[in-house]
Amino acid sequence: MSRNEFDARRMLCPMPVIRTQEKVETLQVGDTLTILCTDPGAIHDIPAWCRVNGHEVLDITQKEEEISIRLRVCE
Amino acid sequence: MSEPRKAVALVSGGLDSLLAAKVIQEQGIHVEGINFYTGFCVEGHTHAIRKKDKAKTKRNNALWVAEQLGIKLHIIDIIEEYKDVVINPKHGYGANLNPCLDCKVFMVQKAREWIEKKDFDFIITGEVIGQRPMSQRKSTMPVIARESGADELLLRPLCAKNLEPSKPELEGWVDRSRLYGFEGRTRKPQMALASSFGFEDYAQPAGGCCFLTDKQYSHKLADLWKARGERRYELDDIMLLKVGRHIRPRPNFKMIIGREEGENRFLQGYRKQYTHMLITSHNGPLVLLDGETSQGDLDLAAQITARFSQGRHAAKVDVEVHTPDGTSQSLQVQPMAGEAIPADWYL
Repeated sequence: MSRNEFDARRMLCPMPVIRTQEKVETLQVGDTLTILCTDPGAIHDIPAWCRVNGHEVLDITQKEEEISIRLRVCE
Repeated sequence: MSEPRKAVALVSGGLDSLLAAKVIQEQGIHVEGINFYTGFCVEGHTHAIRKKDKAKTKRNNALWVAEQLGIKLHIIDIIEEYKDVVINPKHGYGANLNPCLDCKVFMVQKAREWIEKKDFDFIITGEVIGQRPMSQRKSTMPVIARESGADELLLRPLCAKNLEPSKPELEGWVDRSRLYGFEGRTRKPQMALASSFGFEDYAQPAGGCCFLTDKQYSHKLADLWKARGERRYELDDIMLLKVGRHIRPRPNFKMIIGREEGENRFLQGYRKQYTHMLITSHNGPLVLLDGETSQGDLDLAAQITARFSQGRHAAKVDVEVHTPDGTSQSLQVQPMAGEAIPADWYL
């Protein structure tokens, strides 16, 4: 189980989703990934992408313009 | 029991692709969605840059469609490969710089490559004959199938009855009698079908999904190519065309002027790449300068920048100029009068 993070700040949607998807493809089931982003659309899109592709959103935090989304890779 | 046949649906996020996927799902086919990001896609999130649009609903319609259908969605970055489609369209452009037919061929070709890799059986699209003047005509349907290499593996569930049967129909993977024969620009049959499936909150029909169909956007892209003396672009270029007020006072440089706080904040991310201007004596926009500039050009740009600040009626306005190499200078200028800016400077 590894913990991973990547920086999607300044990317406009859907790029944070695309980069999340690409990163998840390299991870194992049970690994976690934290995505840092600034496009408010990511709050909706990354969880939606997780729902349709079967991954779990663990938490979402927001501090001013910066959003942090942590997910767990599932089957 | 045998495994169900598998189809990939091109999902734009609009009504037609939603319905096409649903029609095939209803026949027991395993459907997954694929959505291509070209860089020109009209996303609600582009509006998120603008502070005044912050209250608008922000959702990715392709993901929303996938959720409604309960299917997986694969969003594919085709920004680099797509450049050749935009720059050298074999079938030419539509009313603006929209290479719709080449675009459709390219996307179906990418979907064909995807099904080969993922071992899927066929491809579905939401195309309807006569729906779009350039890419969705009876004569272009076989062109897309042929040039994409998808051939008989391409099924258009919404207008299949007006076309020769595809392999999924001939093989009995899908029941042709349960497909549709929609034709023309009317949206009523699609709306009725959506209603029968219980879909109410879909993206507005016939809304453009690509900035290249927009006249003003295409004008700015054409201007970019002309100024550079060649038809090329990077992602940052086409993103910046979506943001701010664009003014070209001289052939050698262009100004990108933030129109409000959200755009100014977005443009700040480009300060290290572009010469930029800030008003220090009044509230005002962040302005990027694209191109090579002389001191005379900077003086002119500062006067224009001042025009778009709250000091537009002041006798003098202080403007700071910063260049990517780290140098800076302060200018004090008289704001240019609004009527002194020729209309043809605005892009």
